[in-house]
Amino acid sequence: MSQATAPETVEALLPEVAELIVSALNLDTAPGDIAPDAPLFGDGLGLDSIDILELALVISKRYGFQLKSDNEDNVRIFGSLRALAGHIAAQRTK
Amino acid sequence: MSALPLLCHATPDALFALRPDGPVSAGRFLAEARALADQLPNGRYLLNVCSDRYRFAVGFAAGLIAGKVSLQPSSQTPETLRQLQADYPDLACLADGPFASLDLPRLDFPDLSAVDRDSACDIPVIPAEAVAAVLFTSGSTGRPQPHAKTWGRLVFNGQAEATRLGLAECPHAIVGTVPVQHSYGFESTFLLALHAGCPFWSGRPFYPQDVAGALAAVPAPRLLVTTPLHLTALLDAGVALPSVDLILSATAPLAAALAATAEERCGAPLHEIYGSTESGQIASRRTVAGPAWEPLPGVTLCLEGDFTIASGGHVEGRVPLSDHIELQPDGRFLLAGRHADLINIAGKRTSLAWLDHQIAAIPGVRDAAFYFPGEADGGTARLAAFVVAPELDARTLLRALRERIDPVFLPRPLVLLQGLPRNPVGKLPRAELEALYAGIREKNR
Repeated sequence: MSQATAPETVEALLPEVAELIVSALNLDTAPGDIAPDAPLFGDGLGLDSIDILELALVISKRYGFQLKSDNEDNVRIFGSLRALAGHIAAQRTK
Repeated sequence: MSALPLLCHATPDALFALRPDGPVSAGRFLAEARALADQLPNGRYLLNVCSDRYRFAVGFAAGLIAGKVSLQPSSQTPETLRQLQADYPDLACLADGPFASLDLPRLDFPDLSAVDRDSACDIPVIPAEAVAAVLFTSGSTGRPQPHAKTWGRLVFNGQAEATRLGLAECPHAIVGTVPVQHSYGFESTFLLALHAGCPFWSGRPFYPQDVAGALAAVPAPRLLVTTPLHLTALLDAGVALPSVDLILSATAPLAAALAATAEERCGAPLHEIYGSTESGQIASRRTVAGPAWEPLPGVTLCLEGDFTIASGGHVEGRVPLSDHIELQPDGRFLLAGRHADLINIAGKRTSLAWLDHQIAAIPGVRDAAFYFPGEADGGTARLAAFVVAPELDARTLLRALRERIDPVFLPRPLVLLQGLPRNPVGKLPRAELEALYAGIREKNR
């Protein structure tokens, strides 16, 4: 999965994904203020499961793949901005 | 004292549940429940937080067999658990994954694969008057409000829904996207499993692709138990779905257009369930057929003062409803708005009074008010909070709030102010909050 993706590919995707999060969820945060390795949930950006579903939909449309939680952990993919960008880089079809 | 059986399955070989590693028979389920009953921690009350629907079912049945009461809070924040522990000192916890259970006595769901399956299918009978579960609402005073459910009423509850949906004659396999501990999931997945003989998928699929996968993993006919939020995501994602034979939605009103789209895409009728944690489910409607709700068998509604009271059938006592209701001569009814102060975000209900109480209880907060704009530009509407707390910053406040309230109720935005625009008698007119909120939105544009 994301191990196969070069770190610089993920790095390059960070600003785009941050922008996507802020615009999809109408957050009061500036995209550049989302720390790449901080949690998106809980004490970090404070997202919740409603946000995940909304984001999942936007991601599937933009990048052409459906999110799946094979291991029952819905939020692992959304662990941080970098984790999410890594998952997108590995799974995207467009 | 009358007693009612734990489940309605006719033979030990009847299909009870479907797990990723294969089907589970009713006989296997009963054997595992009996084995677990012997291992549960002491104490009268059980907090069963298993997220796997099958493990929850085994835990609930084990508790019933051992004479325990299942406590089912509306949220699992540390503050909620502390209050439950204070109110129910002999509470113990059953968990099947990571869960911060504080210092409660705890059993992690054991491996029961070595248990021999019952061959006799000797179904336990439970006294109808026994309290089997206590479901909680958030209440308005900061303390969760308990609503006790006796075993007899729970059985009638499952039977009434099965009759209404035609499942008694033709059990469907259930896939649920809702948690099994909350009233809707508890009734429409777990009680239907026990008392309509509907086999159920053990997981709780979340992403649209997962829902499609779970549906494909169970035999037809299929029943999807979901919410407007999950249904919208499922339809928007455009994933290919296996055939679905019935869709249920509850927790928030479903737009008629969305219901029509869902029926067309799935080729299945969509029914909505209306109810509350206090009353349990009390009515249903096929959304595309019109706005009127039909009470479930045995349930009656009557008007008393400003409130509509539900009683009869599986309803415990006489329960005032939190919605304004317009009764029709034919016994059906229309929903005509909520009583003030109650809010519903993605199916989670609470009151502004309770939220205000929670934030006011944080040390350093001098004054605070939550505000619910009601409508969002798109997506789900969120709360705002206006807070006077000179020594605190927003981040610290949010961290303290997270200990007390469900994440969906965390304010976006949380606005720190010098003072709140209270009138001379100390009230905070809604118009003032509206103006504050409009000012913030304008500034962020």
